[in-house]
This record gives sequence, C-alpha cells and structure tokens, in this order.
Amino acid sequence: MRPIVVAVLCALSASVAVAKEGNECIIAAGTVAPDFALPNVARAIAKNKLDIAVIGSASSELNGPAGTNIAYPTWLEKTLRGLLPGVTVKVTTYARARDTASEMEAKLARIISESAPALVVWQTGTADALLGVAAEDFQTTLEEAVDKLHSGGADVVFMNMQFSPRTDAVLSTEPYSEALRWVGLERAVNLFDRQAVMRQWDELGTFDLLAATKSLDTAAKVHDCIGRLLADLVLQGVAAVGDENREKTSQ
Amino acid sequence: MSLPKPGDRDLRLDLFRGLALWLIFLDHIPSNVVNWVTIRNYGFSDATEIFVFISGYTAAFVYGRAMREQGTLVAGARILKRAWQVYVAHIFLFAIYTAEISYVAHSFENPLYHEEMGIFDFLQQPDITLAQAMLLKFKPANMDVLPLYIVLLAGFPPLLWLLLRAPAVALGASVLLYVLTLYFDWNIPAYPNGNWVFNPFAWQMLFVFGAWCALGGAKQLSAVILSPITAAVAIAYLAFALFIVSTWYMPGLNALVPQWLEDWMYPIDKTNLDVLRFLHFLSLAVVTVRLVPSDWSLLQSRWLFPAVVCGQHSLEIFCLGVFLSFAAHFAMVEINQGVGMQIAMSLCGIAIMFATAGLISWYKGIEGRSPRSRPGPPGATLVGGGV
Repeated sequence: MRPIVVAVLCALSASVAVAKEGNECIIAAGTVAPDFALPNVARAIAKNKLDIAVIGSASSELNGPAGTNIAYPTWLEKTLRGLLPGVTVKVTTYARARDTASEMEAKLARIISESAPALVVWQTGTADALLGVAAEDFQTTLEEAVDKLHSGGADVVFMNMQFSPRTDAVLSTEPYSEALRWVGLERAVNLFDRQAVMRQWDELGTFDLLAATKSLDTAAKVHDCIGRLLADLVLQGVAAVGDENREKTSQ
Repeated sequence: MSLPKPGDRDLRLDLFRGLALWLIFLDHIPSNVVNWVTIRNYGFSDATEIFVFISGYTAAFVYGRAMREQGTLVAGARILKRAWQVYVAHIFLFAIYTAEISYVAHSFENPLYHEEMGIFDFLQQPDITLAQAMLLKFKPANMDVLPLYIVLLAGFPPLLWLLLRAPAVALGASVLLYVLTLYFDWNIPAYPNGNWVFNPFAWQMLFVFGAWCALGGAKQLSAVILSPITAAVAIAYLAFALFIVSTWYMPGLNALVPQWLEDWMYPIDKTNLDVLRFLHFLSLAVVTVRLVPSDWSLLQSRWLFPAVVCGQHSLEIFCLGVFLSFAAHFAMVEINQGVGMQIAMSLCGIAIMFATAGLISWYKGIEGRSPRSRPGPPGATLVGGGV
C-alpha cells in the first residue's frame, strides 16, 4: 500500500508541474480532466516501471525531419520521464494508418501478452468515420476491447478524433465521438477529448488549424501539446487513486 | 385548440416545415454558434422528425384526395413521379457537393490532417463513387435525408391504398415493421461500409403516422390530443428530456441521473428512430397543437410569412439549405470563422431561402399554379410543395 501512496503523492506534485509550465497549449488544460482513477498505472509507478501502449491510426504518427518520430506518444514519454524520476517509463506505439477499431481490437491480445502495459491509450474513431463503419458496431467493438484490456490488467484512456475544421462539413465524426464518450462512462474509461482540446485551440487562435501548408511546424506543436496534456491526464488519474482510496476508507 | 379539418389548407404545416428547414440548415453548419437555438439541444428529437412527419401528413393529404378522385393508378403514378423528382434533386445536389469538395481537396494540404484527408479518396474512383451515389448507397455527410424520402415515397402508393381502406391496419403494419426492424436489425447497406444513417424501415413509422393523422387519425385522436392529462404528460416528458440533454453539456449534473436509467436509456439511437425520440416528437406536437391554433391570426401575417413560404416549397428549399450549409462552412473556412461571421452566414442563408421560396411562388403565380390564383379543390395546391 505504502509505495502506491508515494506514487500518488509524486503524481500529484508532477501534474501541478505540468500545468505550471508556461506553454501556449496549457490554455486548453481545463478541458483535460480524468473522470476515473488509474489504479494500474499507480501500481506500476510504485514499482518504478511504467509501460504504456498507444494504439492508434495515422493521427498517432508524425515523422519529423530525418525520420525522427515527433508524434504525441514521444512527448508523452518524454514528459512522464521528466516528471517521474526514478521510474522507467516506456511508451510503445502501435499505429497504422486507416486501422479501424475492430482491426485494432484484433491486435490487443498480442500487445497485452508482449508488453503487459499498465496503460493503453487508445486513439480511434477517425478511420471508422472515414470508412463509414456503423456506429453501433464501433461501440460494440469498444466495449469488448475494453473488457479485454481491463481483464489483462491495463487501465485504458480513449483518445477521440482530431478537430479538423476543413473536413468538418464532409466527415461526420459525431456518432463515433458519442460512442467513445458513452463507452467511457459505461466502462469507467477516461476520455482524452482531443476534439474539444483542438477546438479550443482553434477558437482561441492558439494554433492555425485551417492553414494549407506543407510545413510541419504547427503539426509538431500540436503533437507536443497533446503529449503533455495526455501526461497531465495520466498523472491526475493516478492522483485520483488516492481520492478513491480515501473515499473507501471513510465509508 | 383545434385540429385541422380535412379540406382546409393548414398553414401550421407550412410554418413548422419551414422552420424545420431553417433548423436543418443551421444544424448542418459545423461550429456555428447560432445552432444553439435549434431544438436538438433541448430534447431528444430534432428537425428531422418534424420534417418527416409533416412530409407524411402532406403526402397523404394531397395524394389521398387524388387517389379518391382520380383512382389508385393515377395517384400512384403521381407519387412515383414525385419520388423521381426528389431523386433528380438528390443527384443534382450531389453534383454541386462533389464540385465543392473537389475544390477543397485540391487546395488543402496539411501534415497534421493526413488521415482526415482520406475523406476525399472517393474522388480518385469516380467510376465506383458515381454509380454508388446513383444507387443511393454512397451518401456524403448531410445528404441522408433525401434518400430516406425517396424510399418512403416509392413505397407510399400501396400504403396509401391501404390507409384509405383500413387505416388501423396500415398503421399497425407500420408499427410492426418498426418493431421487427429493431428486433432483427434490418437496414439498407451503404457504400463503402455500414448502413443507411436514417434507416427507412424504422423512420417509415413517423411518415406513416403523419399520413394516418392527415386521413382522419388526428380527428379520431383529438379527444386524447386535447386532453389536459395528455398535455401534462407531454410537458413532463419535455422537461425530463431537457434535463437529460443538459447533463450532456454540464457534466456535473450527470451524477443526478441514476445508473439504471442510463443503462436503460442509452444510446438514444437516431438511425433507428429511438422510441425516446419518437415520444419527444409526439410531446412537442401535442404542446404545439395546443399553443398554435389552426386559425391563429399570425399564421397569415407577414411576420411568419418567410417560414410559411419556405415550408410551401420544401423540396427546393431543403436542397438549397443543404447547399447553403456547405457554402456557409466554406466561406467560414476561407474567410473568417468568427462569431460575427457565423451569425451573418446563418442569417444570410435564411434570407436566401426566403427569397428563393418567394421567387418560386412568383413563378407559380405567373404560370397560374399559385395556391391563391387557381380555383379548385382546396388543398390540391399543396402538390407543388408536397414534400
């Protein structure tokens, strides 16, 4: 029990550190808050070894100059390493363009057995919306996959689609983001509402998401920010383990 | 507090269909501050229900008379002609839409949105895409309502025949089809994946219910519709829906919704016309019929004329609305996305819809087809706007 308390306190101070860091993307930090605690992550931190798997499609990948990986999972790993000294943090990305939720679900068993991650960040919905997968089927896939992941000992964080103002009128994402939100509430899975975060950046003019450009500048910053905010969500989720334990003791 | 008498043109139908067309237009503009006024934010159902119900009502009103006076064959042929017109309108709209997004696809590039750009892939395979669009299987976002309407009209002649002879049987068959559809998951497949967004086997119930009301059902139900108990139940249900919907926007309220209720209620399915949505529409209708009598003086006034005239030319104005919502979004993306622009685009769109409806009326007037210029059986003039 004691190492978990230490992990929780550690996470608490670290998440304050993320929020304090003067950075343009922190403007959207208010949108990112966990609804549920992340007990498996807390246990992993207590053991000083945190493995995270990111499963996603093309928006979980971004190649920088000279083939460097500058997608959000890289920033997630970097941020968590900085804030959790002494903990070996490893983030592995399993992303393939145009993978639907059901294609990703097929990979879960292998991922769990290979790396037994304490946390699975599951970015999905875009490919399903593009291919017009029935929203009901999408939802059923999510439910089954989450059950699999939970019984495999992993906490889960969903990440929904990017907010994409140019394709907003032609790509209908709402049924899929609703399904993610609903399954999240139903199965106690936190949602990283990437759509809301990016919408806020767009409204506040933090980033120009409309620009037609070949440059990676904005894309790199967006991924950096998403990585940091995601780290913040994870640490807040760990800190919430303490709250839940306290609630249980006081009852 | 009155129900429409058969034979009279009920301007309330035009008014509410016109308003529904405006709301559908507003809802189809993404990131638009003005669509906070639309009814989907205050309850389960939205403008689609109003549109489908009134379409069923007017179709039965117009073609029911035609079937009695001109016979089953002629009325059936006229209904199918109308379905053909809606089909042509849909394909026309598809052509405009494709032109518009081809432009966006051509001019836009951003490494951040590599995946989302995949939505334009269909432009690479015009052979397949065009054929699937003509088969009504490929339907881009916001182009789902007209295909539903085409299918409903195509199936309407035998249904109307039955409605005129045994209305209760027809309505019962419709409800049975709805129940079987929910039970067996029937739907029409779409391209490239999935099913129709508006499942015709489920949504037909609302259309048939509208038709049944027009052919005397509303009169039969008038005691129930106008009873204070019904009104109280309807208001209570609207309040309940308002509360549930507000928990979606204010997450703090979510704790007040008991788990068993959530388990039972969610998801509220639009594709298959969830019963909760249907009941919400019925409640709105009950309250509206009480608040807005058919002889309400404002119905003839210039203040409501813009909505009434839009409702009288619903097919044209519906298509125009879909086009205008693309155009408004396009202008917002290319020029400015500010709140001022959103409001301006919304108001402009409605003004253009009104002006166009006025122009169509004027054309009908000079061609001697106007609702007021031609003597003849009252109500028959609804044919022109019989969507």
